[in-house]
Amino acid sequence: MNNSSTKHIIWFVLFVLLQVLIFNNIKLFGYINPYIYIAFIFFYPLKKEKGTFLFLSFLLGLCIDFFSDTGGINAAATLFIAYIRLSVLSTILGKNDFDFLLFNIRSISFGKSFLYVLSLTFIHHLVFFTLDYFSLHEFGSIIYKTVVTTILTVFLIYIGIILFTKKR
Amino acid sequence: MRQIIKFLEKYRYFLLFLILESFALFFTIQSHSYHRSKFVNSANRFTGGIYNKLNSIHEFWNLKTENQRLLEENTRLKNILSVESIEIDSSKHYRRYSYSSAKIIKNDYTKRNNYLLINKGSVNAIVSDMAVVNSKGIIGVTKSVSNYNATVISILNEYSQINAKPKNNNHHFGTLSWNGKDYKTVQLLDLPRQAQFKIGDTIITGGKSTIFPEGILIGTIKDFEKTDNVYNFINITLFNDMSSLSNVNIITNLQREEIQQLENTNNE
Repeated sequence: MNNSSTKHIIWFVLFVLLQVLIFNNIKLFGYINPYIYIAFIFFYPLKKEKGTFLFLSFLLGLCIDFFSDTGGINAAATLFIAYIRLSVLSTILGKNDFDFLLFNIRSISFGKSFLYVLSLTFIHHLVFFTLDYFSLHEFGSIIYKTVVTTILTVFLIYIGIILFTKKR
Repeated sequence: MRQIIKFLEKYRYFLLFLILESFALFFTIQSHSYHRSKFVNSANRFTGGIYNKLNSIHEFWNLKTENQRLLEENTRLKNILSVESIEIDSSKHYRRYSYSSAKIIKNDYTKRNNYLLINKGSVNAIVSDMAVVNSKGIIGVTKSVSNYNATVISILNEYSQINAKPKNNNHHFGTLSWNGKDYKTVQLLDLPRQAQFKIGDTIITGGKSTIFPEGILIGTIKDFEKTDNVYNFINITLFNDMSSLSNVNIITNLQREEIQQLENTNNE
């Protein structure tokens, strides 16, 4: 148990508590609820063992599911974006300026980091609401909710990034 | 053999992903079936404890409106008591329902299928399929029960199918459902075409199940859609503000076991 693992466990617990105690109560306009806990996926270092990372993201989603009575919806969506994170990132960054070991969300240009956060958030929310509605009959509602929730989540995560991370 | 090990080695993350994802999907599918009790729910001691703590802070904010609602309910009940004649012949009446109190400690209305959490559990004789109401009307039905907490299927849930009818009508019933759009509006489905009603009529529970007594308030008719003389759906504006719920009553049907026994013998 080294220093950085402890740090990530603290972040894990912190994101669960933040989501459950504060952000699950936002309910903007009565139907938009941001899911900021997925920021854990964006910040988790790439160089760490991938198996642990997948398991942690599953566990993170499941914790949120336990609190919000959503079956396994959060676990499924969070695990999914954790699995595709590396491919999404290498597509966005391209091979040449992709530094695997030193990757940091503030070390890449704003446009690229924004695209990274936006695309993963959108995919997470799409999986989330598809499983939530569980019927293709309500495809319109799924897309609408995905889009409006993505806007709020990305907005809040960026406020967090600006406030709590150092620029490199 | 070597090939298999090599294959496992190469695709181990993908396999781990598949295994975990199938667990998640299993829990999801389980949550979409009404009859199975859910493994992942917030009624356990840990999440229940945290919500209990959180609620003791949160409760403070709507203390004023909640007091007002309880005062109005008391006034109404006292008025009913003062009207009814004193003549009590206990042999004429028998008791079908008993009420107990509880508090909503987790409220949700933004999802497609919403669940609430109450601070009473099996030690308070709560079981699943009990009605949850407050003075303004219907709220939901209990589902997963632990020792000290229970989850409630909100009426803002695809799987809450509650029997309902217009207040002035004793013969025609429909099913209450929610289309997931607006938390102030629910839908009444399958009402027969002969049923007479107009916009603004009150909708109450029909009492055709063992869960809800007849006559619990639900809401008023807002509008409806009709094709070929058949009602597609009737929009109902709820009396309850589902976004701020606090004190509720749990209704125990004292004849439930008897009815269920009868139903079981009929099925055999």
